[in-house]
Amino acid sequence: MPIDPKKNEMPVQAPEVRARNFEEVALGYTEGIALKEAARCLNCKNRPCVEGCPVNVNIPDFIAKMKEGDFEGAYAVISETSSLPAVCGRVCPQETQCESRCTLGKKFEPVGIGRLERFAADWHNANVKEKPQAPANNGHRVAVVGSGPSGLTCAGDLAKKGFSVTVFEALHTAGGVLVYGIPEFRLPKSIVAKEVDTLRALGVDVQTNVVVGKTLTIDEIFEMGYEAVFVGSGAGLPNFMNIPGEALKGVYSANEYLTRSNLMKAYRDDPRTPIMKGGSVAVVGGGNVAMDAARTALRLGADKVYIVYRRSMEELPARREEVEHAQEEGIDFRLLCNPLEILGYQNPDDPRDERNGFVTGIRCIRMELGEPDASGRRRPVPIEGSEFVLDVDTVIMAIGTSPNPLIKSTTEGLEVNRRGGIIVNEDGLTSRENVYAGGDAVTGAATVISAMGAGKVAAKAISEQLLG
Amino acid sequence: MYKIVRKKVLNPTVTQMEIEAPLVAAKAKPGQFIILRTDEEGERIPLTVAGTDPQEGTVKIIFQIVGATTERLGHKEEGDYIQDFVGPLGVPTHTDGIKKVCIVGGGVGCAIAMPVAQEFHRLGAKVTSIIGFRSKDLLILEDEFRECSDRLIVMTDDGSYARHGNVTVPLKEMLDAGEQFDQIITIGPLIMMKFVTLTAKPFGVPVTVSMNPIMIDGTGMCGGCRLTLTQDGQRVTKFACVDGPDFNGYEVDFDEAMSRGRMYFGYERAAHEETCRLFQGA
Ligand SMILES: Cc1cc2nc3c(=O)[nH]c(=O)nc-3n(C[C@H](O)[C@H](O)[C@H](O)COP(=O)(O)OP(=O)(O)OC[C@H]3O[C@@H](n4cnc5c(N)ncnc54)[C@H](O)[C@@H]3O)c2cc1C
Ligand SMILES: Cc1cc2nc3c(=O)[nH]c(=O)nc-3n(C[C@H](O)[C@H](O)[C@H](O)COP(=O)(O)OP(=O)(O)OC[C@H]3O[C@@H](n4cnc5c(N)ncnc54)[C@H](O)[C@@H]3O)c2cc1C
Ligand code: SF4
Ligand code: SF4
Ligand code: FES
Repeated sequence: MPIDPKKNEMPVQAPEVRARNFEEVALGYTEGIALKEAARCLNCKNRPCVEGCPVNVNIPDFIAKMKEGDFEGAYAVISETSSLPAVCGRVCPQETQCESRCTLGKKFEPVGIGRLERFAADWHNANVKEKPQAPANNGHRVAVVGSGPSGLTCAGDLAKKGFSVTVFEALHTAGGVLVYGIPEFRLPKSIVAKEVDTLRALGVDVQTNVVVGKTLTIDEIFEMGYEAVFVGSGAGLPNFMNIPGEALKGVYSANEYLTRSNLMKAYRDDPRTPIMKGGSVAVVGGGNVAMDAARTALRLGADKVYIVYRRSMEELPARREEVEHAQEEGIDFRLLCNPLEILGYQNPDDPRDERNGFVTGIRCIRMELGEPDASGRRRPVPIEGSEFVLDVDTVIMAIGTSPNPLIKSTTEGLEVNRRGGIIVNEDGLTSRENVYAGGDAVTGAATVISAMGAGKVAAKAISEQLLG
Repeated sequence: MYKIVRKKVLNPTVTQMEIEAPLVAAKAKPGQFIILRTDEEGERIPLTVAGTDPQEGTVKIIFQIVGATTERLGHKEEGDYIQDFVGPLGVPTHTDGIKKVCIVGGGVGCAIAMPVAQEFHRLGAKVTSIIGFRSKDLLILEDEFRECSDRLIVMTDDGSYARHGNVTVPLKEMLDAGEQFDQIITIGPLIMMKFVTLTAKPFGVPVTVSMNPIMIDGTGMCGGCRLTLTQDGQRVTKFACVDGPDFNGYEVDFDEAMSRGRMYFGYERAAHEETCRLFQGA
């Protein structure tokens, strides 16, 4: 049978329906489609796809199991290297990772590796009920700071080896960006909760409401008898543009907007945490975070949502699939535009006017692409006299985040780089003895799978260090 | 879950609770705060640490019932539990080298000011306290302030108790009379803190204000608590939860902070009415 040149389509909710609900957009392959997609894989001897995956998931082997209809077997193969398959299958930028190296991709569309991974994980979650058993304790204690993908992975790997692991999380729910940032319609929170439950079954003690650096310092954690600490505190500090009007009511960082909607569930009918809903919304930025904020705004009832990004479609850093989904849902992309100022309502005659201080618009200037800069990307330059105003009620700044300085400033001898990222060696070891770090806290905002990979590397190094 | 060990109603809208939270009790210093969620699905709100008992592992909070969440909290009783309780957050109040201090508290802000006054007293500083309330039935913590102050002045806006007038009146009198303070620390409604700062300005006394913007995480992650300072002629953005809550009063843009504080006004009113109905029904 000749190879189907196209990936099997992912069933999705229709754009006009999904743009108004928080249900998952991509519905997942059915068993039939999964088998058809698995059949496209050539089982290449040289395994180029594996090289493209940051944690080297054994792709040809898991797909081979799927071809036999052994979905649990496929899940087991993936689980050897990835601790969050249901998450990565959904949110990995596969087009630049595993799938970009697929042999099939040279002539046709690559194998839908992520979609198959998601299918195997969902199949496992739906059909396999027993929880893993906590292994025999090896008598060593390790603390993990932060419960994002890096921390969860590190904790899981260590627990499987018999370490007693405590995860300290600042927020009231475990999961990091997976619960406060990435919206329900892309990653249902129940999936993250299930991963955390699995960790608990392995014996991991997850303590929420502990801000390391405030409630406990790293030095105190050692005094409590922990022998090593892994810092996976992420890159949560939001950046602003420092343009006039950013303090107006209706201007949010993407973190605040998404946290209000996801973690605090402002999207529900009876939320206690308020959020501005409806009207027109401008989201500044072009990454995954910007797409998530824009699509959340739409689902919260906005009439009109703009993406304002200063470069062109080619440079847009968000995943292609998310950009396409956003376009289908009716998000208006204003590319090669840069905000200069956020405008607000001011009634000079009545200082008590309730509308005073709320956003009314965003003044932007058009850009054109000039010469490539140091990063190789063509630098956008403003076109003189091309200023214009978008009338909006809400502005969301999604222009990046940096590592939070809280842990650095309370941990003597912990070195960070110019951008605030914790400095580590190839084992994830920091400048402090027995303190390891990984994920966005080290690299700055990156990906779920790279954070997971860093958690794995550190778990291995910690285990070798403590067990000798 | 965090147990409510003791509860005391201070006045019709202000309640004091002691909560079992040993890690916070061991660490908290005056000027720091906690964030709590009353129950699953609840909102996160910040409240100042009004005292601790590290031996017992309890943390005291004093809160005014103003909206949905404080209303729910007020309905909890001794022995009940609070879902989440995290802290201590923020930077402790700066006390080094301050020998003569004037503490100016307004309304429930007095609850936030009290542990600060007690700390200065403990450190041996000379403490003058001016506490103001709208009227007599809203008065709180008078005895506690008397205990830790070398001099206490109580004011009511309507003259129903003690001296009639705003807290700025006695402050200005003292400064006019040549009274020297190393530091004025003011905690209360934004408008009051703004006028305390303006009153002190001609005399050049340093003023610390305790800012209380709307917060969510309290760790510097959301930026919702941001405020603008003017430092060396430059406008800079700070996050009250990690850089504060104390700031130099001369640098703070109060008008902007007041405007931002009213962002969800209409929404909060509706949520509060809803909660009141809920409890009346029950
Ligand atoms: C909106 C959004 C969309 C994204 N979409 C994608 C996507 O589609 N695909 C993809 O691969 N990546 C995506 N990312 C990036 C990805 O989510 C992150 O790279 C990844 O979550 C980083 O993991 P981490 O474990 O390093 O940190 P985080 O997930 O940030 O977790 C850090 C955790 O540490 C906690 N913490 C911080 N400080 C402390 C402290 N002092 N004490 C205790 N706990 C602390 C935090 O509360 C948090 O829970 C997205 C990010 C965002 C914000
Ligand atoms: C660092 C910090 C420390 C605080 N310490 C105390 C304390 O010790 N005792 C105490 O009673 N309150 C304190 N507050 C204020 C307290 O957080 C608010 O009163 C509370 O969030 C109101 O929640 P709610 O749901 O009951 O009311 P909401 O429905 O949220 O608000 C009801 C009314 O209160 C106003 N309001 C909302 N949030 C605040 C706020 N942060 N500050 C002032 N007014 C607000 C609203 O504009 C509205 O008019 C503190 C605030 C901060 C930021
Ligand atoms: S984990 Fe991500 S990169 Fe690796 S194979 Fe799975 S989808 Fe591809
Ligand atoms: S490169 Fe593509 S076709 Fe080859 S084994 Fe990997 S997924 Fe299958
Ligand atoms: S409360 Fe979120 S940054 Fe301060």
